[in-house]
Amino acid sequence: MTFINYASKEINCKIVYYGPGLCGKTTNLQYIYNKTAPESKGKMISLATEADRTLFFDFLPLDLGSIRGFTTRFHLYTVPGQVFYDASRKLILKGVDGVIFVADSQEERMEANIESIRNLEANLKEHGFDLSTIPYALQFNKRDLGNVVPVEEMYRMLNYKREPTFEAVATTGVGVFDTLKSVAKQILIELKKR
Amino acid sequence: MSSADFVLYEEEFKHLEEALRRLRQEANAKAVFLIDKNGQQIASAGEVEQFDTTSLASLTAGNVAATDGLAKLIGEREFSVLFHEGQQDHIHISIVAKRAILVVIFDDRSSLGLVRLRVKRASVDLEKIFEVMAQKGERGGGPGGPASPFSEITDDDIDALFGE
Repeated sequence: MTFINYASKEINCKIVYYGPGLCGKTTNLQYIYNKTAPESKGKMISLATEADRTLFFDFLPLDLGSIRGFTTRFHLYTVPGQVFYDASRKLILKGVDGVIFVADSQEERMEANIESIRNLEANLKEHGFDLSTIPYALQFNKRDLGNVVPVEEMYRMLNYKREPTFEAVATTGVGVFDTLKSVAKQILIELKKR
Repeated sequence: MSSADFVLYEEEFKHLEEALRRLRQEANAKAVFLIDKNGQQIASAGEVEQFDTTSLASLTAGNVAATDGLAKLIGEREFSVLFHEGQQDHIHISIVAKRAILVVIFDDRSSLGLVRLRVKRASVDLEKIFEVMAQKGERGGGPGGPASPFSEITDDDIDALFGE
């Protein structure tokens, strides 16, 4: 749910990174945080376990610049990917404007990817959203590993609505900003249509 | 995407700030924040410079969302008031107009009882302002109101934002 503040001339949007456990959602945000100029970002918050697994959410506020005099601010969130944190995932999706699904390209994680997309669809529906219409991008992460599923096959198994798809290596930043820009742009175009 | 965008016009922003300033004064509080349930700060009053307000807004919303989840688990509709007691500073969190969170940070210059009393009164004022905002939002800002910032945005403007 976009927040338009005429008093401070700000447009605030929420993007949620979704995906199975250890797929690279937090790594995406960490890379974005490390590469963004200090004046364009706020503090990154990570509510995690002692083992650095996301417990509740990661949060990173980003300024992407001005458009017609309005500062466009994107609030990036990640959800905890482990299966038993579903109640928390539902909460983080509240008020979402766009979703990035981070898929783990490793062969042994394909079932988890598929299950996570189903979970995303169901949780969005609970909030009155529809995955077929919400701004959405698909990221195939960990393309640098040896046991990865070919991109064409991943696309066939995970693509939902011919959404923009990006190959990525989040640890080095490959594809990270491209994925984010894609969803941010979709959100603004969607707002323009309304 | 939900079509119920949250739009805050200057007039209502001033009214909200006024109400928060009054609350801060009457409650002898350090700072008062009004936050959207999705984690974005709407307005504030008091000694706010010492706080990372963006993080505070996000964490408070997460706190409230998690607590809401707990409430439903035990059969309650919601916990409308949360209180966190610190060594020196304390936080009083309450829900306003079903969609916003009112955060009052206070120290020993005030008391929980005084804060609760003043919050109750301020909530009534804030709810009236939110009602006006909701009506304005439905009318699209009303006659003479500002047009949506998106009405004039072109595809080129969006491309320029992303350096394309």
